[in-house]
Formats: sequence, C-alpha cells, structure tokens
Amino acid sequence: MTATSPARTHGGTTDTTPHTGPPAAPGPEHTGSPATRVLGLAALAAVALLVLYGLVVSPPDREMADAVRLMYVHVPAATLLYTGCFFTTLASAMWLWKRTPGWDALAETGAEVALVFAVVTLVTGSLWGRPTWGTYWTWDARLTSTAVLTALLVGYLALRRLDLDPDARSVRAAVLGLLLVPNVVVVNRSVEWWRSLHQGSTLVRLDPQIEGDMLVALMIGFLAGGLVFAWLMVHRFRVAWLAQQADRIDLDAALAARRAEAAAPAERPAPAGRPAGEGVSPA
Amino acid sequence: MWRDATLVAGRDLRVELRSRVTANQVAPFALLVLVLFAFALDPDGPVLERATPGLYWITVLFAAVLAIARSAAIDEADGVRDALRLSALHPSGVFVGKALAVAAELVALELLLGLGVVVLYGAEPAGVGLLAATCACATVAVASTGTLYGALVSGLRVRETLLPLLLLPVLAPVLIAATRAFEAALVGVVADGWPWCGLLAAFAVLYSVAGALAYGTLLEGS
Repeated sequence: MTATSPARTHGGTTDTTPHTGPPAAPGPEHTGSPATRVLGLAALAAVALLVLYGLVVSPPDREMADAVRLMYVHVPAATLLYTGCFFTTLASAMWLWKRTPGWDALAETGAEVALVFAVVTLVTGSLWGRPTWGTYWTWDARLTSTAVLTALLVGYLALRRLDLDPDARSVRAAVLGLLLVPNVVVVNRSVEWWRSLHQGSTLVRLDPQIEGDMLVALMIGFLAGGLVFAWLMVHRFRVAWLAQQADRIDLDAALAARRAEAAAPAERPAPAGRPAGEGVSPA
Repeated sequence: MWRDATLVAGRDLRVELRSRVTANQVAPFALLVLVLFAFALDPDGPVLERATPGLYWITVLFAAVLAIARSAAIDEADGVRDALRLSALHPSGVFVGKALAVAAELVALELLLGLGVVVLYGAEPAGVGLLAATCACATVAVASTGTLYGALVSGLRVRETLLPLLLLPVLAPVLIAATRAFEAALVGVVADGWPWCGLLAAFAVLYSVAGALAYGTLLEGS
C-alpha cells in the first residue's frame, strides 16, 4: 500500500490510489547529517585558509596591486556558476526521462546555488574592475554574457516559485531547465562575437603567468569554493526534498480527512483543516 | 505533421482576422514605441540615425512579446488546450502551426515598422537582399522561440509578467545579430552582415527543432 511504498513513486495530485494514512517519508528529516557536518567544517576551514592565504600570505600583484585578491574568489565563483547551471540542465533532462522527484529537486537546487555564485561573480568582478579598468561595468563579452545568464536564472527560479500544481510546474521547469545550458552557450558565443567585432580582444582577466603564492591562493580559492558549493547543494537539495514531502503529506492528510468525512456522514462537522487540494472528488 | 501545422496556422490567423488584436492593438503600439524613441532621443541629431537598426529591432521584440502572448492566450480559453490534446494533431505540427501564424503576424509588423523608420527616422533602405534575409531569419527565430516560451507560461496567472522575463534574455542574440546585420546593410559594408544573418538562421533552426520536440511534453503536462 501507499503507506509503505517509497515516496519516490510518481505522487501527483491526480493519484487515485486510496491513501490509508500519511505515507512513510524516507530520506532525511532534517538537512544536517554527520557527513555534511564534516563537509561544512571542511568548507569553513578552507575559507579560513583562503582568507589567510588570499589576504595575508600572497603578495600584491605588480599591476593589479591588492585587487588581485578578489580573483581568488571571483574565478572559482564563475566556474561554480557554470557548474550549477550544468547540474540544472542535466537534472532537467533526467527528470524528463525518469520523472522521479529527486531530479526535479536537483534541478531547482542547481539553479538556486548557481544564482548565488552568479551574484558573487558579478559583485567581485565589478569591485575588481573599478581599480583595474577604472569602471564598475564595461561591455566586455564575459561580463555581458554573465549578466544575461543571471537573467536566465532569475527567470527559471521565478517559474519555480509559482504556486502551481506540482506536476505541471515540474514539466515546465524541466523544459526551461533543459534549455538553460544551450541558451547560455548561444548567448556566450554571440556576445563574444559581437564584442570581438567591435573592439580589440577583451581585457585579460588574469595574468596567465600566475605563479607561486598567488597560484596557491587561487587553488585554495577553488577548494574553498568547491566545498561551499557542495555544502550548499546538499543542504538545498534536502530542503527541496523535504518541501516536496511536506506538500504530499498535506495533500494526503486532506484526502484522508475528506474520506473519513464521507465514510462517517453527518456525525460531526469535519475539522476544518487545510482546504482540500485539487483532485479531491466530492465523494 | 505539415497538414496539422497548416490547420493550426489557419485557425490562429482566422482568429486574428476576426478579432484583429494584432492589427488594432499590437501594430499601433509598435508605431507608438517608434514615436516615443524619437521623443527620448533628439530626432534632428545624429543619435537617432545611428541607433535606427537597434531601435527597430527593440520595437519588433516588444511587439513580438505581445503577439506571442496573444497567440498563447488563444489556446487558454474554453479548454482549447484539452481539445488540442484530444484532437490527435501531432504536437510538433501544433507548434509549427502556431509559430507560422506568429511569423506571419511578425512579417506584417516588420513591414509596417520598416515603413515607420523610413518615414519617421528618415532611414534610407539599402542592401535590400540582406535586409530581407535578416528579417526572414529573425522572424522565424523569434516566432519559434516565442511559441515555445509562450507555451511554458500559458495558463499561469502571472503569464504577462513572466513571459518577457523568460523570453527577452533568450532573444538577446537575435537582437544583437539582427541589429548588426541591419547596420551592415544600411550604413556599412553589406558583406559584413551575412555572417550575422547566418547566426540568425542557426538560432532559428535550433529553437524550431527544440520547440517541435518539447511542445508535446508541454501540451501533455499542463
């Protein structure tokens, strides 16, 4: 029966299987676990090391001076932004194929974490651009395409936030998420082409001959960023998962209440719980 | 599939012919935007002349958002969506048909706006072959992308506000490429414009295929 079936089965609001009680909710009941606590501590330690190395140990750059220190955050953040987008598109494709709620939650997670890193990328990039280029914003190909990418992510998350039937929302979000990486590629290519035709090659972001302590600091930046990214992904995924469970429990409770009402007519008015969801027949 | 496409396109155009929403509301709005741009930028100075290709395509995109929203709205009333699902029409055919109908409306809008920039902004048409090819590719690109995203937001209470947010970033490459191609045709060297036209063509093919493949899922899932 549904009470013992795993919640990974396709649980839509149009499900007509009789529910006898709240379904068992496998999986985590809160977002922390021993493994993620270790991960979180490791992320904190890596961030502390990055602060030490990035701000104290590594020397200022010859041309960019202290502004170079922003790069130890900026470059990893930009990389992780694209990683998050990749997760969203991959998970959307997998959801369209498998239709299991885990992929849906992963798609949402990827986009949300990617948006966090997009903001970090844009803010650190602007702050770095002010002393280095003399302006917060320039119509550089990478800046422009990152801004468009941020708009794409905001649009995707706006669709996800809508109060819709969960299945309908998953379908729309999956199609939109599937298009995310192709959109990013098309925008990046065309923006790059646009800028390269109109001005000389774009400004060099990072000195390619980075070495010594600066290279170490950048590597630590990647490590810290990666750990923070993983920690955020795991926790956000669990939140999304629990939200799905909560939706389903609410619906099951409403269904059970209406069924009890129908089985025992006119004894007492049914407790006014949540309004019944869609798909509840008046019985 | 193509027969289904012509059926759906014919239906959408017939609805437009009878309701005249695009002709009576979207087209005047587009012309109004051209006038407003002239208020914002000094119409006697060189700015307006230089910006004409960009302003033209911005106006086309704004008008296209309205035309696409209208095209998606046709399917929302009276359970048309369910009827389409039950009708055994091929979903890709429905997509192509709706995109064709939007494209036909866009071509009319583009001609009108072209006349508008000639009359109001004093643009001199040149490089007509490139202009026509750019318009054709950009129209297919906007119509197919718009039909896909229109289906994504159709039936939602917030569709009017969500559609531009989702659609316009995706259409940014179309705006870039069409503007560059027009600049090349009007004031530059025509040969410089053809690569941009090629980009538009690739974009149009990519999103037409994506839309034709995804439309069934969207139709069935909502």
